[in-house]
Amino acid sequence: MKKLLALLLAALLVFSLVACGGSGDATTDPSASGESSSDSATGNDVVKIGVFEPQSGDNGAGGKQEILGMQYANHVAPTVEIGGKTYDVKLEIVDNESSTDKAPTAAQTLVSAGVSVALGSYGSSVAIAGSPVFQSAGIPAIGVTCTNPQVTEGNSHYFRICFLDPFQGTVLANYAFKELKAKKAYILAQLGNDYDQGLANYFTKAFEALGGTVVKEDFPEGNSDFTSYLTNAKNQNCEVIFSPTSISYAQLIVEQSTSQGTGLPLLASDTWDSNVILKAAKGTDAKIYVTTFYQEGGNKEFDDGIKAWINGDSQAKTNNGGDDTVAAVTAMGYDAYFVALEALKKAGSTAPADVMKALPSVSYTGVSGKIEFNETGDAKRDTAFVKNANTETGAWDFVAEQGV
Amino acid sequence: MNFAAFIQKNLPYILAGISVGGQYALIAIGYTMVYGILRLINFAHGDIFMVAGLVMVYTSASLPIYVAMPIVLVSTVILGVLIEKLAYKPLRTAPRMSVMISAIGVSYLIQNLALYITGGLPQTYPKIPYISDTISVFGAATKRVTVITPILTLVLIVVLVLLIKYTKIGIAMRAVSKDFETSQLMGVKINKVISMTFVIGSFLAAVGSLLYFTNYTSVMPTSGAMPGLKAFVAAVFGGIGSIPGAVVGAFIIGICENIIKGAGLTTFSDAFTFALLIVILCVKPTGIFGEKNIDKV
Amino acid sequence: MLNKKNKKIDIIALFVIVALLFAVDIIAEMVAPRTSLFFSVVKKSCVYALVAVSMNLLNGFTGLFSLGQAGFMLIGAYTYAILTIPSEMRDSVYQYFDGGLVKNPIPWPLALIVAGLIAGIFAFLIGLPVLRLKSDYLAIATLGFAEIIRAFVQWDKFGPLTNGSNLLRGYPTFDSLATDWFGSPKFSSTIALAITVLCVLLIVLFINSTYGRALKAIRDDEIAAEAMGINLASHKQISFIISSFFAGIGGALLAMHQSTIQATAFKSAMTYEILLIVVVGGIGSISGSCIASFLYIAASEWWLRGLDSGSFLGIESSLFRGGFRKVVFSVIIMIIVLFFRQGIMGDKEFSLSRIIEKIKRKKKTPEKKTEKKEVVTK
Repeated sequence: MKKLLALLLAALLVFSLVACGGSGDATTDPSASGESSSDSATGNDVVKIGVFEPQSGDNGAGGKQEILGMQYANHVAPTVEIGGKTYDVKLEIVDNESSTDKAPTAAQTLVSAGVSVALGSYGSSVAIAGSPVFQSAGIPAIGVTCTNPQVTEGNSHYFRICFLDPFQGTVLANYAFKELKAKKAYILAQLGNDYDQGLANYFTKAFEALGGTVVKEDFPEGNSDFTSYLTNAKNQNCEVIFSPTSISYAQLIVEQSTSQGTGLPLLASDTWDSNVILKAAKGTDAKIYVTTFYQEGGNKEFDDGIKAWINGDSQAKTNNGGDDTVAAVTAMGYDAYFVALEALKKAGSTAPADVMKALPSVSYTGVSGKIEFNETGDAKRDTAFVKNANTETGAWDFVAEQGV
Repeated sequence: MNFAAFIQKNLPYILAGISVGGQYALIAIGYTMVYGILRLINFAHGDIFMVAGLVMVYTSASLPIYVAMPIVLVSTVILGVLIEKLAYKPLRTAPRMSVMISAIGVSYLIQNLALYITGGLPQTYPKIPYISDTISVFGAATKRVTVITPILTLVLIVVLVLLIKYTKIGIAMRAVSKDFETSQLMGVKINKVISMTFVIGSFLAAVGSLLYFTNYTSVMPTSGAMPGLKAFVAAVFGGIGSIPGAVVGAFIIGICENIIKGAGLTTFSDAFTFALLIVILCVKPTGIFGEKNIDKV
Repeated sequence: MLNKKNKKIDIIALFVIVALLFAVDIIAEMVAPRTSLFFSVVKKSCVYALVAVSMNLLNGFTGLFSLGQAGFMLIGAYTYAILTIPSEMRDSVYQYFDGGLVKNPIPWPLALIVAGLIAGIFAFLIGLPVLRLKSDYLAIATLGFAEIIRAFVQWDKFGPLTNGSNLLRGYPTFDSLATDWFGSPKFSSTIALAITVLCVLLIVLFINSTYGRALKAIRDDEIAAEAMGINLASHKQISFIISSFFAGIGGALLAMHQSTIQATAFKSAMTYEILLIVVVGGIGSISGSCIASFLYIAASEWWLRGLDSGSFLGIESSLFRGGFRKVVFSVIIMIIVLFFRQGIMGDKEFSLSRIIEKIKRKKKTPEKKTEKKEVVTK
């Protein structure tokens, strides 16, 4: 027994040394961070872009779809010209497990891999948790679909290409009040999830300012029985259900809402823009409206290209939930990649500090629209797409382009 | 408010409560039987339940439902017994804490495996014909499974109680749960009894998962954790080791939970379950139907 | 028991080891680049070591099987954060609650102690009813309490105090303290190490006091201990409170490491993680818990990362995709739980005198000791 134990320890030791050796090129020289190394097959220098996304946990599904966009973009544009030299772009993907206690180490992994710029994350709380690590390493980060104002507020290294919660909440409230003609809304949010609670807060403010009333209830994490909540909504005579939850719960809410026959329209935010929802809604009488960043069909070339790519790669297809519907987060991930390339080109160097200096002035027209940053580092966006789940075809129908 | 309207408003809560209670009951029996015999909180039981859901998702994708269902039942039973053989049996002589930690480890492993295989996306549970249909009970729309669950649960439990009372293996089980060592001396084949316990527990968990996921049609790696914990609370509540206790406890917890939600205290629906547990543990540590344990010096 | 001479050797050895740990950490801070994951891992494993030791005090030394550690960490972390967020940050942190209830921060060392005290007070209140329960029931009751605490912290109505479901940030962290003191985040891991070492030493002192010996007596045989005149209820209560006090400080340290905290992270999964560390290190061994927490954190968050991203130790395989790391990791854990039941140290402490005696008895080199240091050095 003792000998075995000693063996195990020895194995761990060897293991740790090897691991250390493996990451040696990044750790031996302090200035190596962000510097390029030339170990790629094509002989080009390599520039690394960090992908800071959840691949497990509550937001794992969304994170994976976002990564797909980046991987496809990397497939489309595998090289970039920086300062007259061609670099191969390598994505360093790390899983932040949708959890604020795992996020700092995940971010640190990217830092020690020597990335020039980081992309992510799906879910604002992990982005906020990882942010100080990027900050102290001087690495700029581009938020893809993290919509909480606190991500970019008060720091100069975090940028973002999507719209913000105050905007989205107001858009949704306007839509519910003006288009759906609802006077009383039922808000169903996950307890302990700041994304849900933040949007619920902005929605409430805007909806009450319009003259409506809201009933807000929380469900605990891991809950799967929503029947009582839906009954509450019905009993309180609410006319619309607003539930800015993550996909994991969304499917259950849709399913139970239809089998309970509530008949109430479901209104949700960008997280619901997923083929999981379409599958749950298909063949039912659900009325689902979501606001989102991108409408499939907005850019035919991109749509066709990514569909072909997803269909040609079984792993990508699994990550996309088993079909080729393009989620908005995928389009956003695609745009984020090109914004990063644009910044690298503009910086003319792969050093994170130069990229950070270049980022504020980057302007890029992606598949989700024109992207420019304001002084806090947020994209200037004033419209969101409203989509409706078509329960017959199982696809999203474009409804409106809605501003505040 | 007139009576009919009152019923129509509140019936959905009660219906949901009874249905959830029935599902908890089926899981709780697995906990209570294993505890009764091994004095082990089988933390992996909730995950066995989840795996049953996943097996259904994957088998039904390529096979018809009526073939998939028996596969689910059989494979869940095999999994349950396998876990016992691999993770608990080697620790038979170890302190109880080691076994419990092993159970936590198994639960961790199963969840991580499920995460790896599914990729973390919620999997849609297939519709089972007939029981997935929406029906109307006194004006409240619900799935047929809601009504079927309590009936099926009660039938299964009556069968189980009869089995334990009158068959040879049942008598052996009762003997082992009364006194592990003495029954061994009396010639009871302890390993056979323990395996049988896991067979029954896993079988009921599989049935529970069929009913549960038909109602809540999404399977995630963590889907088993909460129902598992609640079912365990139910087992403790009713007096761990007692089968009728587990069933009564499960129904009480299921109904209370939904009434709490209906009363607008949604934030505390889970907290309430645990508060109830702590209160009952402090007032009557052996639960409602539990037998009094006397420490021997 | 050890004889006097051996005791002296061990105390000296303890100081040498502590000094070595600091030396290694300081040298690493000076030599290695800031981007290295090593520092992040050191900081986190310091936090987990403290919490694991505090859990060990209960599970290993008193024989109380409690699963409430995450709850007490939550209390500690929130207390610390609420008390130390600078006034000017509060409006932006408590954006939905008008700047929150508490307006003025207190110095961080004080907040750290208050964090422990509040956790201790909660432990006292919770302990009154639940400590009468027996093993498994106690485990479940404390697990339940941790969940209840979490629900309350996340409740909207407490928003002005706890910020509800939203995260807290902006308070002093290891990095910001190091920046204040030394002008750069360098040596931030040394701060974490110093606080942890101090706390662990306090726990060691407690365990070696009369109280500690009484606790061990309770663990080994409650009835015999009672017959010897040990007051079971008060000793269990004291052990529970002290364990929770340090878990609270551990929570606060975790907050300092992470720079943001949110109640969702403090789930029962966190308690299980700590429990597994205790088991891997050896139930009833302080040094075991410390070594195990470093190995655990380093393996799960650093060394095995390659398993997630396609290539590991130079091997490339399509098996290596998201989530595979955790599978491998949980398999390793299961192997330890099943086949190395004693963990790294069993219930023994790392002790120089024991090793010397062993060398005397068998002319065989003690591998463990040297290896431990190498692992830390790298």
